[in-house]
Amino acid sequence: MLELAAPQSIWSIRFKALRQERIAMFGVFVLALLALACFSVEWLEQLCGLTGVETDLLARFEPPSSLHWLGTDEAGRDELMRLLRGGRVSLSIGLIAALGSSLIGIVIGACAGYFRGAFDSILMRFTDFMMSLPSLPLLIILAALDLTKLGFSADFVRSGDAGYWRIVVILIVLGWTGVARLMRASTLALNSSDFVLAAKAQGASTLRILSVHVIPNAISPVIVATTLAMGRIILVESALSFLGVGIQPPSTSWGSILNNAQELLISDPPLAIYPGLIILISVVAINFIGDGLQRAFDPRSVGRN
Amino acid sequence: MIRFISWRVAGLVLVLLIKSFVIFTLIGLMPGDPIDLLMSANPNMMPEDVAKLRAIYGVDEPLLSRYASWLFNALQGDFGFSRIQHRPVLDIVIPALGNTIILTGTAFILSTVIAISLGTLAAIHRGGWVDRFISLLAFLGISVPGFWLGLIFIYVFAVKFGVLPAGGMPRADQPYAPVAYLVLPCLTLVLIEIGGLTRYARSAMIEVLSQDHIRTARAKGLSKKRIIWKHALRNAMIPIMTIIALGFGHLLSGATLIETMFGWRGMGRLIYESIMGNDYNLALVCLLFTTTMVLIGSLIADFSYSLLDPRIRLQGGRS
Repeated sequence: MLELAAPQSIWSIRFKALRQERIAMFGVFVLALLALACFSVEWLEQLCGLTGVETDLLARFEPPSSLHWLGTDEAGRDELMRLLRGGRVSLSIGLIAALGSSLIGIVIGACAGYFRGAFDSILMRFTDFMMSLPSLPLLIILAALDLTKLGFSADFVRSGDAGYWRIVVILIVLGWTGVARLMRASTLALNSSDFVLAAKAQGASTLRILSVHVIPNAISPVIVATTLAMGRIILVESALSFLGVGIQPPSTSWGSILNNAQELLISDPPLAIYPGLIILISVVAINFIGDGLQRAFDPRSVGRN
Repeated sequence: MIRFISWRVAGLVLVLLIKSFVIFTLIGLMPGDPIDLLMSANPNMMPEDVAKLRAIYGVDEPLLSRYASWLFNALQGDFGFSRIQHRPVLDIVIPALGNTIILTGTAFILSTVIAISLGTLAAIHRGGWVDRFISLLAFLGISVPGFWLGLIFIYVFAVKFGVLPAGGMPRADQPYAPVAYLVLPCLTLVLIEIGGLTRYARSAMIEVLSQDHIRTARAKGLSKKRIIWKHALRNAMIPIMTIIALGFGHLLSGATLIETMFGWRGMGRLIYESIMGNDYNLALVCLLFTTTMVLIGSLIADFSYSLLDPRIRLQGGRS
């Protein structure tokens, strides 16, 4: 009697392969730890009796101590708590913008690849156009727009929420192109596959074919790209906040902390090291995960275990 | 070939027109308008004067007619005045463009040459410690926030050791050589770009080196050097050109950040300052120049495809 291996779904195979990527797992661990710390900042502050928000001008620029693990910043706030608060903003923007831009990219890419013809040409020209724009100048100008001219109320525009969502929206608007290309390439390859042809012959609606057959099978390079996009978006948002057009005070993000530290380079250099270091650690962890996903999802690796 | 070129140039002009309109609209959405700013500078202005000025500058007219009059002037070479510097816009932009070309050009050449060399080296010694080391460096390169590196360089070289200036343009009253002002911005820009380029060059070379014709060449006994230079590099150039063309736009974005940080008087810094200062004419022209440079860059990349790969030329362009 032939011993056949127990049937496994492709996702369980990939998940197993991912778990064997030790560097990626390390990245997951670091990122999870960081996210946990950032999103439970208020609780941690209560635990240690510190604050990342209230200023204490008598305690500026204190060096690291057992109370303030990273010392205090230029307004006497605990640096570590401040970094964690900033992390809450930076990490969440990275995640939301990455997911949002991937969503748009999936829809546009799948439509372009499935319908082909003139529709595809127009969409791809548009994608190439968007891809070729120098992104930072455009982001700066989008971030500097006066939203009241577009019809939003003045109160809404001045709120911290508006600043946050403005950044998310402009990052999504300029970020979907990579995923769109990937999706289109995968869709084009899948157009001639048997199950798609069979579904068409059975009279399945376009929506059903796209959502049930095409997209789930084309999704793996998109998952990798989304993960790597999160890292890229964190870097871009930091750059924007560093230039002063991103997250505005009193909200804080890693980039704006670095912006503040720029003036303090002579009085307290470590304050300029910490934000960049934490950005580096997060993006490295995310890129580890992305690279590991890429190796795990590589169809050539299925037979390896 | 001529048809190919003229077709692409026509496309370029069309894209420029569309872009100029889009950017014009975006600039119009920036806070305030020229009359508001004049008003805030001159508290004695009467409402009648404001109305008159509005009519003269045509600020209240619909978007299309404002764009049309801007375009009409622009095509005659008149791009308006900079509100902040009180000079014609072109007088400001041209020298800044020169400075940016110096900075990004040097960074472009350096990063391309180093990335291709390192990528090729890593591909040849794939799996060995050279490959791992280079891959690690490239990985760090794509993960590090460039402006942070710049800050650290400023601290180490300018503040702590004082061997290089912290920023600005070459000046006569400082002890530094003119080229010293270029070092830190260029170094930072190169380090930002080089990670992604190296990774891509490495994977392109690995792809090429695994092909049959390379194996044949090896079997024929050709030296490694000859194989790399004569066969492998040429075939790897096409995917590398893609990434270089895309990287050109990225380089200009990076230049915006680096120039602002280091006070290098180039287009990038001009874009930032003009947007921050609501200097509409200047911002519009700067953005147009920047996007034009990127478009020309990708056009050059497209032409080089047809030069590098005769198949593309004979089939009359990519699909």
